[in-house]
Order: sequence, then C-alpha cells, then structure tokens
Amino acid sequence: MRMHHRLIVFGILSLFVWALQAQIPVEPQGGELLAYVDVQDAHAESAQGPDDNHGEGHDDHSGEYDPTGVAFHHVSDQNIYNIGPWAFPLPCFLYAPGEGWTVMSSSKFDIGHHGIGHKSYNRYVLYEGMVHRVNDSAFPAEAVEVHLSHQNETDEEGKSKQVVYAEHNGQKFVAEPKSTLDGGLLGGGITSFYDFSLTKNVVTMLLMLLLLGWMFIKIAKAYRDREGMAPKGIQSLVEPIFLFIQDEVAKPFLGHKWKKYQPFLMALFFFILALNLFGQIPFFGGSNASGNLSVTMALAIFTFIVVNISGNWHYWQHIIWMPGAPAAIKLLVLTPVEIMGLFIKPLTLMLRLFANITAGHMVILSFIGLIFIFGNSGQNVPGAMVGTAMAVPLTLFMMAIELLVAFVQAFVFTILTASYIGSAIEEHH
Amino acid sequence: MGSLAAVGAGLAVIGAGIGIGNIGMRAMEAIARQPEAVGDIRSNMILMAALVEGAALIAILLSFFVG
Repeated sequence: MRMHHRLIVFGILSLFVWALQAQIPVEPQGGELLAYVDVQDAHAESAQGPDDNHGEGHDDHSGEYDPTGVAFHHVSDQNIYNIGPWAFPLPCFLYAPGEGWTVMSSSKFDIGHHGIGHKSYNRYVLYEGMVHRVNDSAFPAEAVEVHLSHQNETDEEGKSKQVVYAEHNGQKFVAEPKSTLDGGLLGGGITSFYDFSLTKNVVTMLLMLLLLGWMFIKIAKAYRDREGMAPKGIQSLVEPIFLFIQDEVAKPFLGHKWKKYQPFLMALFFFILALNLFGQIPFFGGSNASGNLSVTMALAIFTFIVVNISGNWHYWQHIIWMPGAPAAIKLLVLTPVEIMGLFIKPLTLMLRLFANITAGHMVILSFIGLIFIFGNSGQNVPGAMVGTAMAVPLTLFMMAIELLVAFVQAFVFTILTASYIGSAIEEHH
Repeated sequence: MGSLAAVGAGLAVIGAGIGIGNIGMRAMEAIARQPEAVGDIRSNMILMAALVEGAALIAILLSFFVG
C-alpha cells in the first residue's frame, strides 16, 4: 500500500474515533468521588474578604486530597489540553437538539484552576476540563459569570453520582455532562447535548497521525533513495520492528495473502504503539488516548469490519452451520455461541487494551498521589519528602512496566487481529 | 456495596495469578529442557501472559465501574 493510502487509513481511524469519543466517556459517575475541591467552603470564606478576592477564592484548596477523583480526572478526556501549569483551550463543537450547534474555543469559559471555567457561554460551562450544559431556560444564554461546584448525590438505585451545579445570581442550576452511549453502565446516558469537540484525545491522535505519517514517509523515501544500501538512521529503528510484525505476525497467520492485509496490521500496530507511548510522557503526554473506550472501540470496529468483509464462504459456514456436528447441538448451542463470539472477539480486543493502559495510568497516578497524601496537600513538608522517597522508585518501576505493556498490548492487538483475519480467509484443506 | 466489588476484583486477580504462574512455570521448565530456545519461549510466554492478564483486567475494571 502506498504511503498516502496509509495516511488515509490513519486519518479515517482518527476521524472515526473523533465522532465516537464524543459519546463514550471513561470516567464513572458512580463510586465515591469525594469533594475534590470544597469550593463551597472557599466561597463562604471569601465572602467575608474584600470583593477583589472573589475570583481567587473559588480556587481555594480547603478540601482534602482525593486520590480517586484525581486519578479518574487524569485518565478522562478533557476539552482543554493541560501541559504542566498551562491549560491550552481546544475548539468545542457542541450540539444541543433544539438549539443547534455551538462552535467555540474553550477559552471563552475563562479557565481557572483544575479546568474550572468562571464564565458560561450559551448555557455551557466548563467544570474540571469537561463541558457541561445547563438545560434550563431560566439560566441566561449570554456569557455570564458562574460559580461551579459539585455534590455527590445518590440516585434512585442507590448509586452515588456526581452532580455539577452552576450558580448564577444566587440561584443554583444543574449542569449536565455530555451525552454518552454507554446506556448507563458507566453512569452516563443521553443528556441535553452532544459533544463533538476536538478534545485532548482527539488532538493526541491527530498529533500521532502527523508524527507517524512524517516518520513513515521519511522511511519510505530513504528506502527508495538508498536502494540496495544498508539502512541508516530512522530506517534502522523501524526496520526490525516492521520485519518482526511482517515475519512473526503477518506471514504465519495470513498465509499467502499476507501482502494484502499487512498495511492494516502495520497501521494498527504503530498507531496503538504511538498512542500508548505518548500517554506515558509526563506533562506533555498525559493524554490517555488508548485508555479511552471509544478509541479502542473504533479500532476493534475496524478489525470487525476487515475480518467479516474478508470472510469467505468456509468462514461463514463454520460460524452459522458448522459441518460435522449434530443438528440439534448446532441449532441450540454452537450457532448462538459462534455468533456471540463474532462480537465478543473484537469486544475483548477493545477491553483488553483499554484495561491494560488505564490500569497502568491509574497505578502511576496513585503512586504520585502518595506524595500529596503524606504531605497533607502541602502542609507537611517532611511528610511530603517521605512520600516522594516512596513514590519515585515505585513510579519509575511502574513506568518501566508500562513501557513493556505499551509494546506488548500493541503486539497482542495486532497478532489477534491477524489471527482472526487468518481464520476468515483460510482456504479449505 | 463497594467492598463486594473489591472482593470480586480480588478473585479475578487470583485467577490471573494462577494462570500467569502456570505459564511461567512451564516456560522455565521448557527453557531448562532446551536452553537454546530461550528467545522463542520468552516471547511466547509474554504473549500468553498478556492474554491471561487481559481477561483478569477486564474483570477488575468492570468491578471498578459497576461497584
């Protein structure tokens, strides 16, 4: 496959995931998300102070450190890109049925600490980096100052949910998060708006698309110009990996048709590897792209499509009516199980990658959180030193494992895809 | 009922531990029998461990979100 075809594959992957990621968040609404920033107390404290303190009082950290909330916040997708202390606003594309599209930059939210916006825009507010909407016509549609907070409430089923409140002119409104397609499993559901923004994960994927595209175009050009000569530079870095996938994954599983499916396998492997590795870079990375259910789901959907489109008659016969088994067994057990397996195999691909990457990130975040727990959020400096002495070796060790996991999970995704494609195109013997 | 979810996660980890321990045990035995095949055995061991781990991690993450 030519280089620009490969770029198109990457581009379609990214765009498809952009549409999907809008609808499926990772962060749960259940569980115990304790008050991360006890903004209510801060507001009460600053009410006694002078009025020019009003803006800063909202960002007061008078609450205890909440490791669970921080961990979930950092592995979720956000509408701003945090690099260290700076927050870069990203474009937002928001659609509310009945109201239409709102296209804006998230800088309109006047972003403060922790990605909490001080202004609303067209009834949208930004809380902890994620866009929420006030579905109440009593709330003004023009840009106004708001004060955002959250409470943990239990709903009808007894599950505790985090509810975000936007306060304006002394009146509190409920700000809903974006719509999700998870059917309530992760606490989401269809709300009053759909979020199609260019979020942190989408920007990461586009960045990786450009990086990988540039890298492979350079490599292809080098191979063309240095025909017959020894590989040099970036060729030597990528060639062993490329040949490894080609000789250990593509050829053994795909038989004599390996050339046709090799570009897809390569695209999968390098894209997943790039996303995994990028999420490991501290500060600049920190975007949990492959640990996002929608990203992995899009990749699994691609596998599903490729496998089933390239399935020949023997493949489908073995699924629907396996030859050589008694008819009763086939009807009752084999065929339902095989049809379920048709969907479960990409589902496990999706969940395996998501679980591995997210688990690694959350463990690292917990270790870093040790520093804050021991240091009592900055009040106990010797405690923070002890916490750092404990956290740094653990985090280094965990990041080394994460490096291995990044490679292994990309490899496992690719080899399982190759295995499924191989079973779909297998000739009758 | 957060504690029940934690018990479920712990059970899933038992399964992962047993599975990966078995893989490691057989890999060691195979290396002892045929030391020149170390490379092949090691890569297959890591691949199998990743698959077993994947199943356990799915269970752990589900218990995280549902409980």
